Amino acid sequence: MSFITKSPWILHYAATSCNGCDIELLACLTPHYDVERFGIVNTGNPKHADIFLVTGSVNEESRKVVENLYAQMPDPKAVVAIGACALSGGIFRDAYNVYGGIDKVIPVDVYVPGCAARPEAIIDGVVQALAILDERAKERKRQRKMVAA
Amino acid sequence: MSNTIVPFGPQHPVLPEPIHLDLELDDERVVQALPSIGYVHRGLELLAERHDFTEMAQVAERICGICSFIHSQGYCQGIEQLLGIEAPPRAAYLRTVWAELSRIQSHLLWLGLAADAFGFESLFMQSWRIREAIVDIIEETTGGRVIFGTCKVGGIRKDLDADTVQRVRQRLRDIETGYDELATIFRRDPTVKQRTVGVGLLSGEDAYALGAVGPVIRASGIVRDTRKLGYAAYGELDWEPIVEQAGDCYARCEVRLREISQSFDLIAQCLDRLPSGEIEVSAKGKRPKGEAMFRLEQPRGEVCYYMQANGQKNLERFRVRTPTFANIAPLVHMLKGSELADVPVIVLTIDPCVSCNER
Ligand code: SF4
Repeated sequence: MSFITKSPWILHYAATSCNGCDIELLACLTPHYDVERFGIVNTGNPKHADIFLVTGSVNEESRKVVENLYAQMPDPKAVVAIGACALSGGIFRDAYNVYGGIDKVIPVDVYVPGCAARPEAIIDGVVQALAILDERAKERKRQRKMVAA
Repeated sequence: MSNTIVPFGPQHPVLPEPIHLDLELDDERVVQALPSIGYVHRGLELLAERHDFTEMAQVAERICGICSFIHSQGYCQGIEQLLGIEAPPRAAYLRTVWAELSRIQSHLLWLGLAADAFGFESLFMQSWRIREAIVDIIEETTGGRVIFGTCKVGGIRKDLDADTVQRVRQRLRDIETGYDELATIFRRDPTVKQRTVGVGLLSGEDAYALGAVGPVIRASGIVRDTRKLGYAAYGELDWEPIVEQAGDCYARCEVRLREISQSFDLIAQCLDRLPSGEIEVSAKGKRPKGEAMFRLEQPRGEVCYYMQANGQKNLERFRVRTPTFANIAPLVHMLKGSELADVPVIVLTIDPCVSCNER
């Protein structure tokens, strides 16, 4: 993708992460990486968000929150799982209160590897999610046209 | 009129981590705050019973990504106690350097989040800009940005050559100049003062009785710093714990501001006196046996590790008491009687680290 057609707003939730990936995610927003210059804003409100970034794996408590936040986001939306924990449970996969990756509860579009995932990798993941978001928006338009016709 | 209950969290913009409080309000005043936790609980302590004790250092490092290195250091030093070995002096000094680098990094991160909590966006950005320079040094010396992976049972994995030491010293001096400017803004700016002075008071007696640790208790005038026990290289360095008297949010901020300067100084001392020699002793063939308790000072306060082993390759029991847990009781006390709008700032000033706390 050579240019950004939309400034996505992101929603971040730390499911059971160790904080490492969360800090890296916040670092993306700060001057060194500064994704805000593309209009990417970290919002606390799921109803304003386009891309859902989840760090850490899911456990009994956070499962409900993740599902809830995902359900509240308007369509079209995309989900990015960040860090080894969010992909598979990572180093904690054997722990008794870890269910495994985020994809056990909500559909995931982009997987960002790393422990901790580097800011560059996270930005790359968001850019990929942007392409998916674009595709979904077009698809919706097509469907609407078909219904109208 | 009956009181209103306002839920705070688990997902909210001030903290990147989920913590939940039920705030009972009478008009705008908080009558009572009830914390509930469990959103980040993984069951990490049990992993110690499954993993090899040397591998477990990697898991211990991931108790928390902000104070990652200090967790692995505490774990390794505890195991070393059990095995009856001691890391060589060069390893002890480099451990101290990295521990202090993480303290600076963690405190700068906190300053940023605090600025964000009282709506001072540009100060948030400035703090994180300086933090990024520290993270660069961490990456250059260890290879990792937030998870260092350099601490192991018996010593450390990476050594620094003389060139790197020189370069790091020079760069730290430059960063410190930049940091001093930032600290001046925190100290002088009227908006910062307005939001923090006299807010969230905790008296010295209360802090002591409720068992506060770290910057929270030091901001209430009580000298308590676990580094004074002299583990790693701290016993050989010249420093005094930093104490403030007021016990409000501003004092807690000031303690952290001064601790950053102190950490710069500690690192410089370590790098000047860096002993030469080996960086690790072998733990090969040894098995931990018996009980050990180890305490050290995290950026957030004292952390205790308890381990029990019976000569197997894995531990029998591993237990961590983290600083955030100790600071929750003081937090609930501070919140009583505060304004609803001040709640995010007060919660932040204990620097809650939820993933440490729940593991
Ligand atoms: S992937 Fe690694 S750094 Fe990220 S949350 Fe999991 S343990 Fe922490």
